[in-house]
Amino acid sequence: MSIFKKKPKTELPAISTASLPDIVFMLLFFFMVATVMRNDTLIVKNELPYADQIEKLDRKNMVIHIYAGKPSSRYKNVGTEAKIQLNDKFAPVQEIKSFVLEEIKSKPEELRPFLTTALKVDKDTKMGLVGDIKKELRAVHMLKINYTTKTGQASNNIQ
Amino acid sequence: MARRLAPEVNAGSMADIAFLLLIFFLVSTTIETDYGISRRLPPPPEEIKPEVHVREKNLFRVELNQVNELFVEKKPLRLKQLKAAAIDFLDNGGGVDTEYCSYCKGMRDPKSSDNPNKAIISLINSRETNYEAYIAVQNELISAYNELRNREALRVYGVSFTEMKVQLKDVNHSGDKSKLKERIKEIQAMYPEKLSEAEPLTAEL
Repeated sequence: MSIFKKKPKTELPAISTASLPDIVFMLLFFFMVATVMRNDTLIVKNELPYADQIEKLDRKNMVIHIYAGKPSSRYKNVGTEAKIQLNDKFAPVQEIKSFVLEEIKSKPEELRPFLTTALKVDKDTKMGLVGDIKKELRAVHMLKINYTTKTGQASNNIQ
Repeated sequence: MARRLAPEVNAGSMADIAFLLLIFFLVSTTIETDYGISRRLPPPPEEIKPEVHVREKNLFRVELNQVNELFVEKKPLRLKQLKAAAIDFLDNGGGVDTEYCSYCKGMRDPKSSDNPNKAIISLINSRETNYEAYIAVQNELISAYNELRNREALRVYGVSFTEMKVQLKDVNHSGDKSKLKERIKEIQAMYPEKLSEAEPLTAEL
């Protein structure tokens, strides 16, 4: 019996969980600060190609996004031909001009010369469409562009 | 007199609430910052001055056809060899007298480009070319320029060109930024990026 009586004495004190909320809050604040909410819902397939000679697009508020690619599986009813997405909807090529001008207008005046257009184009898109986009951008003097890519060897692209 | 103590608030559920918020932000987070190839488009066609005459030997023709095959100077080439071919062309320095290139380390072949300032890479693609292949070719050509610039920057300033660019963007960099900018410009002038893109060709039938 003496063995059993001894046991309660050696019991470890419970680990205090009082600091758990603090730790969780710390994580929470990290993610709150690091979070960038996606403001466009993708309605086109958007698998970017690989490249390694790349630059960072840091100032989020100075970037205009143009997406292009085949409609994603939920939007099969509009066809399988690659399309341009501006904001949240499909748009014909001619609308790029007004879209870009409107975006430029919505930015503060001192930032306007530094705006960049990020082309997020799906890797299976034909260059004809990309060329059309570039032509429209040239027409409105939006000359700084960035082909958004994934980081990786460019030889991954051509097998 | 019985002193009434305010009952202690149970903080045990605080962790749960915080976890709930944490999970929400974890799910909605996209920490990806965008990276990509930065390029500058030429101004609209009507504003371009009439082309100065470019000698054939100063032109490096890169062509991507409708089935994503790469042709350099009309000959088929593997993508892996493109960078080396572009470097050979840019760094050739075949010119003499006023067009002599003192820092070029190329073959000095009189049949290839005279000077990096004169050398133009012309990229032609078909409307049917895949975007993926186009980006791969762009990437290789830019890496050729970057390699040459890195080499010269290392030789002249002891820092690679890419490193200089990183320093320029770094807010915590201690050095003189205007000086750095000048150096970057100098290196860029040594190997100016002259990449011309013609209108995509329609598939020839």
